[in-house]
Amino acid sequence: MINVSKKCIGCNKCVPVCPFAAIQLIEKKAVINEACTLCGACVQVCPVTAIEITREEAAARDLSGYRGVWVFVELMEGSDKAGSPRKIRPVVFELLSAGRRLADELGEELSAVLLTDKNPGFEKELGAYGADKVYLVENPELHEYNTDIFATAIIALTHKHKPSAMLYGATIMGRDLAPRVASCLYTGLTADCTALAIKDGLLLQSRPAFGGNIMADILSPGSRPQMATVRPNVMKLAEPIYGKVAVTVREEIKIDKNLRRVKVLERNLERGNGGVKLEDARIIVSGGRGMKTREKFKVLEELSRLLGGVVGASRAAVDLGLKEKAHQVGQSGTTVSPKLYLSFGISGAVQHIVGMKASDVIVAVNKDPNAPIFSVAKYGVVGDAHEIAPKLIEALKKSKA
Amino acid sequence: MHIAVCVKQVPDTTEVKINPETGTLIRTGVPSIINPYDHFALQTAMGLKKLHGCRVTVISMGPPQARSVVQMGMALGADDGVLLSDMAFAGSDTWATSYALAKAVKKLGKVDLILAGMQAIDGDTAQTGPGMAQQLGIPQVSFCEKIDLDGRKLIARRLIDGGYEIVEVKVPALFTMIMPRDYVPVYPAFLETHASLKKPYYVWSAADIGAEPRYLGLKGSPTQVARIYPPQQREKAAMTGGSAQEAAEKILEIMRKEHFIAE
Repeated sequence: MINVSKKCIGCNKCVPVCPFAAIQLIEKKAVINEACTLCGACVQVCPVTAIEITREEAAARDLSGYRGVWVFVELMEGSDKAGSPRKIRPVVFELLSAGRRLADELGEELSAVLLTDKNPGFEKELGAYGADKVYLVENPELHEYNTDIFATAIIALTHKHKPSAMLYGATIMGRDLAPRVASCLYTGLTADCTALAIKDGLLLQSRPAFGGNIMADILSPGSRPQMATVRPNVMKLAEPIYGKVAVTVREEIKIDKNLRRVKVLERNLERGNGGVKLEDARIIVSGGRGMKTREKFKVLEELSRLLGGVVGASRAAVDLGLKEKAHQVGQSGTTVSPKLYLSFGISGAVQHIVGMKASDVIVAVNKDPNAPIFSVAKYGVVGDAHEIAPKLIEALKKSKA
Repeated sequence: MHIAVCVKQVPDTTEVKINPETGTLIRTGVPSIINPYDHFALQTAMGLKKLHGCRVTVISMGPPQARSVVQMGMALGADDGVLLSDMAFAGSDTWATSYALAKAVKKLGKVDLILAGMQAIDGDTAQTGPGMAQQLGIPQVSFCEKIDLDGRKLIARRLIDGGYEIVEVKVPALFTMIMPRDYVPVYPAFLETHASLKKPYYVWSAADIGAEPRYLGLKGSPTQVARIYPPQQREKAAMTGGSAQEAAEKILEIMRKEHFIAE
């Protein structure tokens, strides 16, 4: 239900903002017609909070019309506004791979939601990774990410097509966008899921809880779409089937310039994480609390250089100041999936393990034979990291010579 | 300029241990702290207050003992504090929490700027801040590390995937804060804490903020916890030990076998 109260001063701010031309000014009052989708764009700009959307009670909601799994297609930001077409962020393909499985189990469609200023044929790639359909909104205002504009568009699309579930990458963009959408739709959102499944027709979302020390299964039984974010490198990537092109469904959504309340003045894409590229690393040499001091940690940097790897660190090591936050692997750092993960002095708190367990080969060195890290490692070495690391460097140099 | 800073009392999750036999959390003896990101949000507000003379209100939601984090905010320089405390809030997920906090901010009257940590270290969701902004109908800038005030405009440096942006937004707006690398947390001195006890402190119930009970607590939360369980134990690793030299040789052998270095 949407209502305009007596507080309305007829300022006309809401009229141009409505993506569906559902508001008219009649006798200096905003009047809302049937075209309204309850997207909330008008509520956002009303200076006197005269417009209110009241949500139906969860228990009373009719969920029968909701079908299909949606994946939000995140595009990488370009550094210049009029640049070449942007690329799809790899996590999207991981989400499609997982979404395909869920959609098949439900016997429903998998759709990708693509908001962009220009589409160079993304439906081919999206189809190859499993999308049946692409809902495409093409509009010059979508040349870069903006919270309000993207949220409004997604809210409008979900009102129209009623998906049962929707997945977002737990990237900075996804974590900015999804809660905004969930808040407006009064729907459940589960962050950083490490596993997704279907249980009795519902989306079963598993995630680490309590600082990553324990796991929780979450359901959103009374609301739709059931929304979840998933970290990059968590879901297994399916083999793409090239030639399977998703069907494009064009959607027209009017986007008023006034919705762009946050303006980007400058964007810098190089120096963000101090040049640390953990996400795409092939080899990661990582240290934990057991490395003890910043000085002693440096041996791992040398080892990493020798192997052509990237240095990682546990949360404990970062908290102790042994390594910068940019190197942190884990639930509250970066999730990684290198070919080789070589850890020294990391005991393996759940919050760390969920961030690296997707690595192909894990070799762990720790003094404590009962350290939890050995439960995910392929090879475990019981011993002192401070003694073993220098010997390994020596042996590596010798074998190279 | 009126700034509201949202803070949460959290268990120090780095201190949590797991009982290896039962796989359950050992909660006893885990200290409660202010969520570190919220601490930085508080300090950011204090920086703005120093430069521009803003009024700062600290808000928290939690059980009565969460008063300590509100009091800490006041000791650090906030002018007043509010704790939302009511059994009706118990079991709230991020949706219900952001609903209640937004209602409390509305009750405060004209708030220009809302600051919060990007996420709490016990839940790690980063959802409550943006949820509040939506409920209040104001823009959000998440994952910020620096905010400057220029008249009624705010200029912020925020993280994006693979870099950062400088953005501009007019008040009212909500910001969630990350911790920059050079950040040093400041803790109040005893005298400041003592003096802060005289500052206005309010405990508000669900009725006080005009929150509808059906949107609060477990009942009002769209997400439900179906099950809590210890993390999955996997097959044990192939273990090896011996002297440091032997261990190093062994790792080298593994790397050869797995083709990370030439044979």
